[in-house]
Amino acid sequence: MSILINKDTKVICQGITGSVGEFHTKGCLEYGTKMVGGVTPGKGGQTVSGLPVFDTVEEAVEQTGADATMIFVPPPFAADAILEAISAKIPVICAITEGIPVLDMVRVYQASKEAGVVLVGPNCPGVITAEECKIGIMPGYIHQKGKVGIMSRSGTLTYEAVWQTSSLGLGQTTCVGLGGDPIVGTSFIDVLQMFQDDDETEAILMIGEIGGSAEEEAAAYVKENITKPVAGFIAGRTAPPGKRMGHAGAIISGGKGTAIEKMAAMEAANIEVAQSPGDLGTAMKRAIEKG
Amino acid sequence: MKIHEYQGKQLFSRFGVNVLENRVATSPELAKQAFTDLGGPVAVVKAQIHAGGRGKGTFIEDESQRGVQLVKSAEEAEQAAKAMLGNRLVTIQTGPEGKKVNQVIIEAGCDIDRELYLGIVLDRAEQKPVVMCSQEGGVEIEKVAHETPEKIFKEHFDPAQGIESYQVRTLCKKLGITGKSVFAADKFIKALCRMYVDTDCSLLEINPLVVTKSGELVALDSKINFDSNALYRHKDIAEMRDLSEEEDSEVRAADAGLSYVKLDGNIGCLVNGAGLAMSTMDIIKLHGGEPANFLDVGGGANAEQVTEAFRIILSDENVKAVLVNIFGGIMKCSTIAEAVVTAAKSVGFTVPLVVRLEGTEVEQGRKILEESDVDLITATDIDDAAEKVVATLSA
Repeated sequence: MSILINKDTKVICQGITGSVGEFHTKGCLEYGTKMVGGVTPGKGGQTVSGLPVFDTVEEAVEQTGADATMIFVPPPFAADAILEAISAKIPVICAITEGIPVLDMVRVYQASKEAGVVLVGPNCPGVITAEECKIGIMPGYIHQKGKVGIMSRSGTLTYEAVWQTSSLGLGQTTCVGLGGDPIVGTSFIDVLQMFQDDDETEAILMIGEIGGSAEEEAAAYVKENITKPVAGFIAGRTAPPGKRMGHAGAIISGGKGTAIEKMAAMEAANIEVAQSPGDLGTAMKRAIEKG
Repeated sequence: MKIHEYQGKQLFSRFGVNVLENRVATSPELAKQAFTDLGGPVAVVKAQIHAGGRGKGTFIEDESQRGVQLVKSAEEAEQAAKAMLGNRLVTIQTGPEGKKVNQVIIEAGCDIDRELYLGIVLDRAEQKPVVMCSQEGGVEIEKVAHETPEKIFKEHFDPAQGIESYQVRTLCKKLGITGKSVFAADKFIKALCRMYVDTDCSLLEINPLVVTKSGELVALDSKINFDSNALYRHKDIAEMRDLSEEEDSEVRAADAGLSYVKLDGNIGCLVNGAGLAMSTMDIIKLHGGEPANFLDVGGGANAEQVTEAFRIILSDENVKAVLVNIFGGIMKCSTIAEAVVTAAKSVGFTVPLVVRLEGTEVEQGRKILEESDVDLITATDIDDAAEKVVATLSA
């Protein structure tokens, strides 16, 4: 077991004929992901990396039986591409695109919830189940099959967490990049419950950052519902208020969303808090040892 | 992206949101003329900068002058504008260096009955925009939200549908707006919600929102931020950007496709990824150092962009050491290594440089650095890197 995706997941790429889409489709194929096709409107009938390209998602799903999609469509057209995937009822939709207008995401978020599909992202690295299936842009080789479930609002910081847990021999089940935007399809709470229900996942590592209140809500959820060991980290302790720190969602506004508040909420929920980004793996280890 | 009060009011007018008659002036003479044009017994002259607290703010050149002044004659308007234009206004939001005033707005007076607060933001927890109102107008709303949250009233709305009349009536009841003013509020708040959606605002704030003695609602101020990701579909708004209000180095970085925020410390950082960049700042601080900047080169940056990143970091004269922390995903370590070598040649490193590379093409990257004659300190992990860069300063 793992969550969301595994070795049998069939994946298409929306935006496969673009340079970024093509590059990462190759990367996923090399990792062993069952890539089955791609979609670019107006380019149906072509092939990319040996995969058939379709004009519409509906057609791609009919022809290939895809049950996951990764989206590399440029921001002005990305919301439409996600809505198309939602309409085709693809169960797992990973939106990698950065820069989608937030009001577009209000509409897309509601549509994903109404359709009952899982939308991961946007502005995220994707999802990977170690040594089985990679959907996204993360460097595959740092992952190692193991027992930690990882979820994070940041891309490279997730790699850091993966690398540290691999170095310590803990390994990972599934790693979910939630995305750095103010509105994302999947929250910490959604993934916490999936990890709690997954037999292979023995411990959970959550990586948050400044802005919003998703970490506080997740901490409260951990306290009430999660029995597995949880460790966590918050990026942005030194970030000045009112400034957007790269991610559209990483901003302290009106004095809310600070790292200090989030870390206090995690500590209150008995989550093992890493004080430094060099301490992600060891904090996870401490949490597991505490049981 | 932020805009000035006068630009916000132009947008208000376009969407049918009540504002007072006003003129923008870039010289004392124009301010004098504006007072005469408005034709009233009084007017208010307001400095236009991207910061709040102007009424209490003072000028570096003359501390007796404020950023908002009530004037009763054309000559007084001229004097007030003269005191503001070209000078630097310091408010609680500008920092000690203040902001230079390039325009003033001259606005007609009105009979104020009550001052309220109204703001529209995205409620991230609800995934919807929310209208927030309070009877505590004219004061710092963050303080109200923190100390007496029960005094802030909220109504969420769906961007496609806008706010409903019953929601406006609910807010009016709580705000004590009665009689025909309720109809004025319905028109006013609906127009604002429409503007928030149609122009892709990320913040729309009116403080104070005034109820006049004759029962009208008027936006006495405007504070508007736009979603930068949506500017591609609002060319007219994108043109309102005032580069003189922004940090030069941040504008330069944005032009190069880099995400950069200037800070006050002395250790320059070059990192890929926003989360890792923030964490790198955090770990520098944990080891007793102070970061000079946030800099995320992103995933797809090429050698040229990374070289420009080095130039921007090194152009900050506070920088006494540089830390490069890269975890290559899409970004290849070899690209970063080549950029380090190029930057060393074209920019020259006069301060110590600590480099930590991990991830995609790490071996190639390390080899490029070893074979170059760039003087640098290598680090094995993020902890080691932070420790070493802080140590270079105390050495």
